[in-house]
Amino acid sequence: MEAQFLIAGFGGQGVLLIGQLLAKAAMHDGMNVSWMPSYGPEMRGGEANCAVVISDEPIGSPLVTEIPIAVIMNKPSMLKFTPAMEPGGLMLYNSSLIDITPDRDDITAVPVDCNGIAEELGNSRTANMVMLGAIIERTGVISIDSAMEALKATFGPKKEHLLPVNRKAMEAGAAAVRKA
Amino acid sequence: MGQKMLMKGNEAIAEAAIQAGCRFFFGYPITPQNQIPEYMSKRLPKVEGGCFLQAESEVSAINMVYGAAGAGARVMTSSSSPGISLKQEGISYIVGAELPCVIVNMVRGGPGLGSIQPAQSDYYQATRGGGHGDYRMIVLAPSSVQEAVELTQNAFDLADKYRNPVLVLGDGLIGQMMEPVEMPEYKKPELPEKTWAATGWKPGCGRDRAIINSLYIDPSVLEKHVNHLYEKYAAMEQAECRWQEEMTEDAEYVMVAYGTTARIARSAMRKLREQGIKAGLIRPITLWPFPAEPIAKAAKHAKAFLTVEMSMGQMIDDVKLAVNGEKPVHFFGRTGGIVPTVREIITEVEKLAKEGC
Amino acid sequence: MAIVYEKTKLLTDKPLHYCPGCTHGIIHRLVAEALDELGIQDKTIGVAPVGCAVFAYDYFNCDMMEAAHGRAPAVATGCKRVNPNNIVFTYQGDGDLASIGAAEITHAAARGENITVIFVNNAIYGMTGGQMAPTTLPGQVTTTSPYGRDVNHCGYPIRMSEMLATLDGPAYIARVSVHDVKAIMDAKKKIRKAFEMQIAGKGFSMIEVLSTCPTNWGLTPQEALKWLQENMIPQYPLGVKKEVE
Repeated sequence: MEAQFLIAGFGGQGVLLIGQLLAKAAMHDGMNVSWMPSYGPEMRGGEANCAVVISDEPIGSPLVTEIPIAVIMNKPSMLKFTPAMEPGGLMLYNSSLIDITPDRDDITAVPVDCNGIAEELGNSRTANMVMLGAIIERTGVISIDSAMEALKATFGPKKEHLLPVNRKAMEAGAAAVRKA
Repeated sequence: MGQKMLMKGNEAIAEAAIQAGCRFFFGYPITPQNQIPEYMSKRLPKVEGGCFLQAESEVSAINMVYGAAGAGARVMTSSSSPGISLKQEGISYIVGAELPCVIVNMVRGGPGLGSIQPAQSDYYQATRGGGHGDYRMIVLAPSSVQEAVELTQNAFDLADKYRNPVLVLGDGLIGQMMEPVEMPEYKKPELPEKTWAATGWKPGCGRDRAIINSLYIDPSVLEKHVNHLYEKYAAMEQAECRWQEEMTEDAEYVMVAYGTTARIARSAMRKLREQGIKAGLIRPITLWPFPAEPIAKAAKHAKAFLTVEMSMGQMIDDVKLAVNGEKPVHFFGRTGGIVPTVREIITEVEKLAKEGC
Repeated sequence: MAIVYEKTKLLTDKPLHYCPGCTHGIIHRLVAEALDELGIQDKTIGVAPVGCAVFAYDYFNCDMMEAAHGRAPAVATGCKRVNPNNIVFTYQGDGDLASIGAAEITHAAARGENITVIFVNNAIYGMTGGQMAPTTLPGQVTTTSPYGRDVNHCGYPIRMSEMLATLDGPAYIARVSVHDVKAIMDAKKKIRKAFEMQIAGKGFSMIEVLSTCPTNWGLTPQEALKWLQENMIPQYPLGVKKEVE
C-alpha cells in the first residue's frame, strides 16, 4: 500500500498542518511516512504546499510529481497542479474558494465546501479540518481517531479545549463527501 | 531508542548533536539549513554549558568552531553550498591544526548562488578536501532522517577519534523533509582525552604548553606533518568505510547512488525487479572513504553500472576508479535543484537492458 | 647578587625573529609583563595572527592558538565561549585586523566579546614585504603604492579605535605608542588595564599600539621612531577612546 498526497493552498490555510496530521497519524498506525514542504521564495509569496507519502514499504522519493491524490485549497493551486495529476487520480478541492472545476476528464474531482461547513459549525478556522475529514473519508489511509490523536499531540495541553470543535469539523467534512 | 517522533531532518540533526554532547554551535543563516541554527538557538541555552552564537559570516562561524574545538569542546557548524565554500578556509586550518568538529552541508544547486533546491553537486568539494592543501575528511551521507540522526552522532565520535573534522553531507530534501525518528540513546565510546586542548597552562601543570597551529614553516617539518595526517587517513580508509548493498548478488545492472538519490534508486530497483530486470543498488554511506570494494566485487558479475546523482556526474569518477575498466559505467543525473524521479531512473536502466550493455 | 631586572617568565626563551629596531619586541614584552603581574599565566590563551607576529605562539609562554588571517577575534570568541574563565587575547597587525579581518573585529567588538585585542598598527604590511595597508598614511610610499597612497584612488586610512569606539559593545579602547620611554610606560599601563577589564568581565577591550617598521619604511630604527611620532600620531591621536565604568 502506498498513498501519495499533494496538499496545496495559501499560507495560513493550514495546508502544512493537514499534511503533518496525515503523516503523524499514519506513523502512529505503524506506517512509513514522509512529509516534504515546498520551500523557497514562492512560500513567502503566499503559496504553500507539501507532499505526504504513506507506505508499508520504505519510502523512496518523498516528492510527489505525478499526483495520485491532490488536496487543493485555493484557485491558484488548482491551476498549478491540475496538469500534474496522474490519470485516474483523485482531487479534493475547496469549493468555497474555488469557482472553477479542474480542466481534466480523466480524474475524479470532489468539491468540499470547507469554509461554508466550518462557518456553519461556528469556527471558520477549522476549514482545513473539514478537508482532512473529507480526505479520510475518501481515502481511508487513516481514521478520524488517529487524526485526533495526532492533533492532540500537535496542540499540546494548552490548546486541548479546541479538540472537540476540530473533531466536529472532521466529521462534517467526512459526511459531506460520503458516498450514498 | 526513545519514542517515535515526526521530525524535520534539520531539527533531528540538531537534536542528535545535542544528545551526542555538542554544546557549541556557530552558524550563519542560509537556506535550506536554517532549522539547524534555529533549533540550536532555542535548545542550547537551556542545556547546561550550551552556547549558540550567530556569527557575522560563515567565515567567522568556522573560525569560532576552530577556537571552540581548540579549547576542547564538542562543536558543530552547518551551512549550505555557498556558505560551505566560505568555510573552506577555516576547514583547511582545522584539519592542519588537527581539531575535531562536525560540519553539516545541506547541499543546494550551484554554481554560484545557484538555487535553494536539493542537489549533490558538492561531491567533489566534499570528498577531495575542499580547501587548500593535502587533506581529507570523513564524509557521511544520510539517506533518511533517521540515518541523519545516527550519522551525526557518529560524526562527533569519529572527529574526536581522529582529531579531524567530519562532514555530514545532506541536501535540501534531507534537511526539509519530515520522517519518523527514534532518537537513540547516545553512548559515548572510549575516546582519547583531549590533552592537547588550550585551556590554560603553567610550568609544571602536567602537560606541555598547548599550541593549536597549522603553520609549519620548514618544508621538511610540514612534509612530516602531512605524512602524519595521511597515516590517519589510511587508518580511516581501513576502519571507517561504510555502504549498503541491496540485491547485488545476482544483479546485472548495479546502480550506485547516495543520500536522497539512493532512496529513489531503491524504489526504481524494486519496480525493475518486478519487471524482471535484475537491478541492484550500492549505496555509499561514507563518500570518503569511498566504498570501492563492493563496487569492484559487483563488477565481476554485473553487466553494467549506472551512477545516479543530483549533479552532472561527480561520484561517477570514484565509481569508474573502483570498476577499473572492467564494465561500462553509465550515468544519469538531474541538476540545478531537480530531483530525479523513479520513472526516469527506470527508463535509464530499461535502456541499458535493451541495448544489452 | 641582587637581581634588578629579569625577563618576564611570560615570554619563552625563543629568540624573536623580528627585524632590528622593530617595536614588536617591546609590545610583546609589555603584554607578557601585564599577564605576569596579573598572575594569570595559567588562565591565559593567546591567539596569534597572520602577519609579522605569526610566530607569537612561540614567544608568549602560555597556551596559544594560531588563527587564519584576520580571524583571530572569531577564534578567540569560540575559545572564550567554551571556557569563560580563561583570559583570551588576540595579537593582530593592521592588515590582519583592519583589512581582511574588519568584519571579525567589528562584530567581536559589537558583541562586547569579553576578550582583549592587542592591535599593532605600523601602517604597512610587514611580513609580505611592505605593501599598502588599510592604515597606510595618505601619500605614504609602499611597494603597492609606489607613487604614494593616493586617497582619490584607494581611499583613506581607517582609524579603527575611533570607529570601534562608536559601538555600544566595547568596554575599553585606547590608542598608545611605543616611540619613547614615556609612551611605553603609558602603553604598559593601558595594556594592563585592558586585561583588568576582561578579568572584571566588563567586555571587549582593545589597545591599538602605534608601531614602527624600519625595514619597510626604509628608515633606521631611530628615524622610524621619529617618523612614527611626527607622522602617525597626527593621523592616529593617542588616548582613551572609550571606557565604561
